[in-house]
Amino acid sequence: MAHAHVNKRSAAIHESAIVRWLLTLAALGFLTLFLLVPLALVFAQGLAKGVVEYWNALKEPDAFSAIKLTLLAAGIAVPANLIFGIAAAWAIAKFQFAGKQLLVTLIDLPFTVSPVISGLIYVLLFGLQGWLGPWLDEHELQVIFAVPGIVLATVFVTFPFVARELIPLMEQQGTDEEEAAILLGASGLRTFFRVTLPNIKWGLLYGVILCNARAMGEFGAVSVVSGHIRGMTNTIPLHVEILYNEYNFAAAFACASLLAFLALITLVLKSVVEWRTQVEPNSKSAQQPDQIETEGLPV
Amino acid sequence: MPLLMKRHSVLPGFGLAAGYTLLYLSLIVLIPLAAMALRAAQMPLGDIWKLLTDPRVLAACKLSFGASFAAAFLNMIFGLLVAWVLVRYSFPGKRIVDALVDLPFALPTAVAGIALTTLYAPNGWMGAALKPLGIKVAYTPLGVVVALTFIGLPFVVRTVQPVLEDLDREIEEAAASLGATRFQTFTRVLLPAVLPALLAGFGMAFARAIGEYGSVVFISGNMPMKTEILPLLIMTKLEQYDYVGATAIGVLMLVISFGLLFVINALQRWSGARAAAH
Repeated sequence: MAHAHVNKRSAAIHESAIVRWLLTLAALGFLTLFLLVPLALVFAQGLAKGVVEYWNALKEPDAFSAIKLTLLAAGIAVPANLIFGIAAAWAIAKFQFAGKQLLVTLIDLPFTVSPVISGLIYVLLFGLQGWLGPWLDEHELQVIFAVPGIVLATVFVTFPFVARELIPLMEQQGTDEEEAAILLGASGLRTFFRVTLPNIKWGLLYGVILCNARAMGEFGAVSVVSGHIRGMTNTIPLHVEILYNEYNFAAAFACASLLAFLALITLVLKSVVEWRTQVEPNSKSAQQPDQIETEGLPV
Repeated sequence: MPLLMKRHSVLPGFGLAAGYTLLYLSLIVLIPLAAMALRAAQMPLGDIWKLLTDPRVLAACKLSFGASFAAAFLNMIFGLLVAWVLVRYSFPGKRIVDALVDLPFALPTAVAGIALTTLYAPNGWMGAALKPLGIKVAYTPLGVVVALTFIGLPFVVRTVQPVLEDLDREIEEAAASLGATRFQTFTRVLLPAVLPALLAGFGMAFARAIGEYGSVVFISGNMPMKTEILPLLIMTKLEQYDYVGATAIGVLMLVISFGLLFVINALQRWSGARAAAH
């Protein structure tokens, strides 16, 4: 009797095995079709003409200079937005002031703007038709269709990544530990490095990983300001576009596979960081016991 | 009262941190955006109206909104399904599948664009399979929907997943013990609980899709009046040195995305209030 009651109850809050199977199959089918197949295709097409051709496509001078420019743009954008993210999170999370909510919204602005507009605003400022264009031209400085424009566009599209990870994290940690350190006589910098930084290191790393992935992969914004000069102002994504439009598919996918590989590394690192924050004793998620029952699929 | 008036605190560095934040934010984001808006404000209103009601712009507008809506809708249905399966069921490789959901955030849009185009081109893996059925995807509006579905895929999953995780199973038990069937419990109890998160995810996927450029340019074929989206039209105008036209469309898109941001924020507050009430 009791046994029958349990069965009835579980039937009412669980789906039948067949429904569970069908739902899982549908979800996995959708993800396979939209994620796995395109990802597999990048590698398959890149290697379609063999490993030698693949390697040649990567070490060809234009590809090599595209890789260098991508590393340079990310190498400037990521540290710049990291410093900004820490400064912004310190001011917003550790102090009370009027207009805080507005500031948080403004920091998120670049995420809501189309990549093409992110490039356009700099063309309108620094391009020859732009407000500062004639002055820059007089002084023989070039921003648009040159490396500085690419760096600027990359900084813009990756602007909020670190800040938006750190602000909620530091708000949640409060100010008690830092106040104690200061009252015990530690300097501001020492407090930051010895107290704050160890508390936020995983969130910081998380933001940096996402920031870097976007910086290296940005296409639309960089495309507007680059001018597509081969070997000069081409990043890897722009180089991929040129090769693809020249019907040089094997080479295009070889370079694309480099970016796809970077994306996979990003996902692995991201999962590792998420897992670390879950096992870290003083993180928020570790304090919540896992209440969710998961149901096993019948094998 | 000045914008930044802080209450007293023993912690140092407020002036430096806040000052640097404001300076950097202004130089990189606020001044360039304001400069574009100012440029548009200097144009006569009649000219802007004429530019924006040009048939080609209207066609691009229609495609951008239509395809983004279709893609966000697809993502809403399948995003809920994926979130449900990830939270409630277990199967081998679940952690990998969970991590893979974020692929569209990590994969550069240009790579997604050429991969999807090659896949759905008439001689591609999927294109060849769909050809006998008379379905063309690449170089048609349907291709635009496919690309936008790809880039918007993680949003609904990631907004709905935490809500489903926090949902109290006792409510479902209560519904069941009061005689509801499983389907009734889903539509009357579960769905209303996740609805705000579902709509917020839909809004984010939609907003992202409206502005998307990289993945769409390859698969759409970029035929004026047929498969041209708004961001591409800005690009075309820039290539023709039509800065006035590009600015007008740019400001239109800016207004659209700010409007969407406002709606999404409201939905998220609603979702947060719902979660707190439970």
